[in-house]
Amino acid sequence: MNLAFTPQEEGFRAEVAGWMSAHLAGDFAPLRNRGGPGDEHAYFELRHEWERHMGEAGWTCVGWPRAHGGRGASLGEQVIFHEEYARAGGPGRVGHIGEGLAGPTIIAFGTEVQKRRFLPPIVKGEELWCQGYSEPSAGSDLANVRTRATRINGKWSITGQKIWTSLAHVADWCFVLARTEEGSSGHKGLSYLLVPMKQASIEVRPIRQMTGTSEFNEVFFDEALTDEANIVGAPGEGWKVAMGTLAFERGASTLGQQMAFRNQLGEIVAVAKRNGAAKDPVIRQRLADAWIGLEVMRANALRMLSGADKPELGREALIGKLYWATWHRSLGKLAMDVLGPEAEIVAEAPYGLTALQQLFLFTRADTIYAGTNEIQRNIIAERALGMPKEQRG
Amino acid sequence: MNFAVTEEQGLIREAARSWLAATATSAAVRRAMESKCGYDEPAWKTAAGDFGWAATAIPEVHGGLGLGMVELAILQEEIGRTLFPSPFEATVCLAANVLLASDDERQKRKCLPAIASGDLTATLACSEPGGSIDPTSCETRYVPEGGGFRLNGVKRHVVDGDRADLLLVTARGEKGVSLFAVAGDTPGLRRTWLPTMDQTRRQAEIVFDDVRLGADALVGEEGSALTPVRTALDRAAILIAAAQVGAAERCLDMTVAYAKERVQFGRSIASFQAVKHACADMLLLVESARSAAYYAACIADDGATGDVLARAASLAKAYCSEAYFACAGEAIQLHGGVGFTWEFDVHLYFKNAHATEKYLGTPVWHRERVARLIGLGEEAA
Repeated sequence: MNLAFTPQEEGFRAEVAGWMSAHLAGDFAPLRNRGGPGDEHAYFELRHEWERHMGEAGWTCVGWPRAHGGRGASLGEQVIFHEEYARAGGPGRVGHIGEGLAGPTIIAFGTEVQKRRFLPPIVKGEELWCQGYSEPSAGSDLANVRTRATRINGKWSITGQKIWTSLAHVADWCFVLARTEEGSSGHKGLSYLLVPMKQASIEVRPIRQMTGTSEFNEVFFDEALTDEANIVGAPGEGWKVAMGTLAFERGASTLGQQMAFRNQLGEIVAVAKRNGAAKDPVIRQRLADAWIGLEVMRANALRMLSGADKPELGREALIGKLYWATWHRSLGKLAMDVLGPEAEIVAEAPYGLTALQQLFLFTRADTIYAGTNEIQRNIIAERALGMPKEQRG
Repeated sequence: MNFAVTEEQGLIREAARSWLAATATSAAVRRAMESKCGYDEPAWKTAAGDFGWAATAIPEVHGGLGLGMVELAILQEEIGRTLFPSPFEATVCLAANVLLASDDERQKRKCLPAIASGDLTATLACSEPGGSIDPTSCETRYVPEGGGFRLNGVKRHVVDGDRADLLLVTARGEKGVSLFAVAGDTPGLRRTWLPTMDQTRRQAEIVFDDVRLGADALVGEEGSALTPVRTALDRAAILIAAAQVGAAERCLDMTVAYAKERVQFGRSIASFQAVKHACADMLLLVESARSAAYYAACIADDGATGDVLARAASLAKAYCSEAYFACAGEAIQLHGGVGFTWEFDVHLYFKNAHATEKYLGTPVWHRERVARLIGLGEEAA
């Protein structure tokens, strides 16, 4: 057990830092520290350009195996990459769903043809992805998916509604969990389909959130089509593949997310020093607690990733979502408490929020999406502690 | 970098865990904590000497095994799991660390081999009435006298202070705060056991009433004690945090086992979501506390001192103290009525959680230190 970086890893750090400072400049300079959660619309086109630029230089998918176009970075190198990316103010990545979820799923469960077709555009930053899981009646009870897909003339024809779909309005592809066996229910009879988004039979409607912005969408499929080869795993095996995708949410990208959190905490600390809140003993305790909580989150992630070669998911992996969501939500409230009465004044009429106001409001979603805190606690109690499973109706 | 235990570290853990499970049973712990000495001396001799626990992090040149803080943390975690009362914390975590952090080769040669072999017990007498752990607030005084020194003052909350063979004592003189190695039976020294709520850890008050020491009692140069004492306190705080991890996990394990057995309304109470969620929250705290303690131990093993070590120690001690207290409190709640009895062990952990939270800096003290170290400046006057 050691946390020290080797000279070789420190060399890699210098390489990442050097590239970032040379390239996140000029036309890309406005992107610094933009496009994070709650700010996902900022400079979207330019961020997509940045994604392609990174892809050309080999800085996307750094943790993927080389055989699939990745950089094959070691754990230490992945840690360094995410640290230096955030330290340089690297913008929120538009390709993160492809790199973090779709790509690893295709690598794990896809055919050779699918790998050749779908992985290179993710690596190059060319094609963007979105995730079609949740539905109006399939939230926490994800297995209650009602979207149907039937095979017609060598195509899958998909009809139904997805909701809470990030990036649906810009994505090229969506991985859709759909029911392919008529009359099936629950985990059975589901399939994992890759569906092109740019077709007339798909309608994307933005959801206006409590932030006033629309990071999430509703997606309506009305006999939307995809080639019959675009199924990952066998028909009816969609649940297994979908759960595999969720496991990838616990990958090294959590380190990148944590670095974004670090920048947010740094900004709150700076505000506290400017406005005098840093002298208040209670605020000091809470800021220190937030800092401690973030360091512990990082240590949890390093433990999880150090044990990533083991077949079973460690307890430290099961707590990840509940931990970060709860911590981040508290950070949002702390930001407002540091600001005091000024917290209430928005940046511009009618409803242009400051970054910290976005943080405050957007983090109320953190403890809901990707498994609510309550679902996370059920999972922990049942899988890590062997307590009895919830009764299902 | 690799934040997973090595094979050798895993073996150390397994050996300690299985021996403690057989030796530090509930009955044995209760017998020891109520005994005059406060611990099981033969068991301590076996662990410290035969198994080499006391030698773990002492360099080979001084008769030790030359391992580090991660290995000590592993032992502490297993000790904490059973609440095994022993001189390990005072002797190995505190006293050996302060000697190691000093630059006094003579004292190291004199004391460390005896600590490593398990023959010598020791402690650090630093805190005073009022409870501040900052060695700069030291009010115990010394004056040079006849080629030696004369000490006056009071130390309080000294772990094992009534029974340790050797006391490492901070005292202030004209040249600043100095450290002295004082035999426990030195004339003029009054050591009083302070009965505690948590009976598994002994505290004492030590009164120095014109205690005369030879010149060879001094550790390091006069006025040079602050740095090694701070380093030792931070390293010990990390090791207390590690013990809290094991103890917190034991609270969780006892609670889950009890909840699975206990039937109400015709079903095991472990099937109630209110109980499951409380246990899930405990598990989050236990695993995060484990990450915090070992993260800090790794930083210490990288040779960190000063602010870097202080930050790591404070994060571990603040986080693990609160995690343990929350788990111990929840363990009583979820055990229901039996959790409130003397017979069940839960109260031993609850009291230990409280005692260790107060010891070597409360979470509030550590967070305030973190606040300064992350650049928040000073608190309002």
